Amino acid sequence: MTTATGTYSPRPGAAPLPRMIAAQAALETRMLLRNGEQLLLTVVIPTLLLVLFSSVDIVDTGSGRSVDFLAPGVLALAVMSTAFTGQAIATGFERRYGVLKRLAASPLPRWGLMTAKTASVLVTEVLQVILLTAIAFALGWSPHGNPFAVLLLLVVGTAAFSGLGLLMAGTLKAEATLAAANLVFLLLLVGGGVIVPLDRFGGAEHALALLPVSALSDGLRDVLQHGSGMPWADLGILAVWAAVALGAAGRFFRWE
Amino acid sequence: MRSEPVVQVRDLVKRYGTKTAVDGLDLVARPGVTAVLGPNGAGKTTTIETCEGYRRPDSGSVRVLGLDPVRQSAELRPRVGVMLQSGGVYSGARADEMLRHVAKLHAHPLDVDALIERLGLGGCGRTSYRRLSGGQQQRLALAMAVVGRPELVFLDEPTAGLDPQARRATWDLVRDLRADGVSAILTTHYMEEAEQLADDVAIVDAGRVIAQGSPEELCKGGAENTLRFTGRPGLDVGSLLKALPADSTAAELTPGSYRVMGKVNPQLLATVTSWCAQHGVMPDRISVERHTLEDVFLELTGKELRS
Repeated sequence: MTTATGTYSPRPGAAPLPRMIAAQAALETRMLLRNGEQLLLTVVIPTLLLVLFSSVDIVDTGSGRSVDFLAPGVLALAVMSTAFTGQAIATGFERRYGVLKRLAASPLPRWGLMTAKTASVLVTEVLQVILLTAIAFALGWSPHGNPFAVLLLLVVGTAAFSGLGLLMAGTLKAEATLAAANLVFLLLLVGGGVIVPLDRFGGAEHALALLPVSALSDGLRDVLQHGSGMPWADLGILAVWAAVALGAAGRFFRWE
Repeated sequence: MRSEPVVQVRDLVKRYGTKTAVDGLDLVARPGVTAVLGPNGAGKTTTIETCEGYRRPDSGSVRVLGLDPVRQSAELRPRVGVMLQSGGVYSGARADEMLRHVAKLHAHPLDVDALIERLGLGGCGRTSYRRLSGGQQQRLALAMAVVGRPELVFLDEPTAGLDPQARRATWDLVRDLRADGVSAILTTHYMEEAEQLADDVAIVDAGRVIAQGSPEELCKGGAENTLRFTGRPGLDVGSLLKALPADSTAAELTPGSYRVMGKVNPQLLATVTSWCAQHGVMPDRISVERHTLEDVFLELTGKELRS
């Protein structure tokens, strides 16, 4: 139009992509860390479980010290709580309250938003791992194995849980996501080899071993407790979950 | 350059299941402020959201700043500001935090502090979005639409539910945006808002644009106008009617209060006052009522209640 240079004169333009993604990831992380219910899931519950079951002999965790059994399971639980439960609930409500819709009209591309969400999940997980590892060490944990294998398991596990969380958040109503994500969290906590060894479940053991949290906790335990090499079977199970869940989320996710 | 439309909608059709929300709608919006008026369910929001790239047309075409909102979304999004009818903010975010965030997604954003001050959002402090008042939430959504210095803003019912002060503040901002060369497409239920702000008004009903023009043009069109005066009760209305042009009506609405309807022009006014002089009537209060946009709107869209 005119060459006016008033306060509001148009001067449109997207910020550079890395800056947009970094800003989005920082905001998502702040929202997560500010949310009390989320902190309960991601910090309080895993910490309590680790401390409680390591100090009190409630569940028979097999030979060896219980913290060596529990720490890998609780790390798997931490990944599930953030990448699956927390992300599903937060994203479900963002969808419900039009946050995703509004951001879709901003210069940030959709894949940029998803990248930022992933970065925020990873940042939260790093904080969780630091906290839980410190507590486990204080409880006398002595981990073994290859840190690279641990990292790879955590990353592929995160991908699998993120896919499942986003699939749920992008297809169900926010309230249904809230209920289902919590229920699944509880069921997998009990039946996914996190604190209760899978061989306690008798005939269901082999089916339960295919669950993503079982594969992650079992894989982490193989490495950290028993010092074995890369647990390919568990990694494979997680990779299949990741591929299927992310594929389905990409296909079925609805933004409003 | 000036006449290049900012929005061009041609024969837009959008259905949801068996319901046709938009039914062959044509709309050309020039630079400036265009108000889209219509009853509930007329297809206003669907049209706006198609322009914003949220919905794909079932048929017809939509161009915004010359671009296809779906296929050229990446190019278009930085140039357009969007205010949704509701929501759009993290429930745990503070107003300034969210606005600063949206600013960071743009290359040359407005001064966030000045915008917060201007829209009276400074008092929100550390309150999270879900605890803000409806008016504060609306103003934040407006701020988010303009902070990126867009060429065009879409405002979906920007003042719905606002108190008069907040409504004035919103109107003032829209006027300043316009003065600085930002175009706006706004939907509204408030006729006064359209009269105050819009260069151009499009009236939408049943998924089509049924009238478009400047508020003055729309008010001039076709419809009758009204002249009122007061005098002593019981004047001979029949005699007055004889003096008036054939298509006029005259009535004593309440004792001493008279209404003449017809083509109100200087001749009609002169006829009425000379009739009064002949009959020794002093018309205490005499007024000519311009046809309002609301009259036009109701005439065009009918007076029944809509769902």
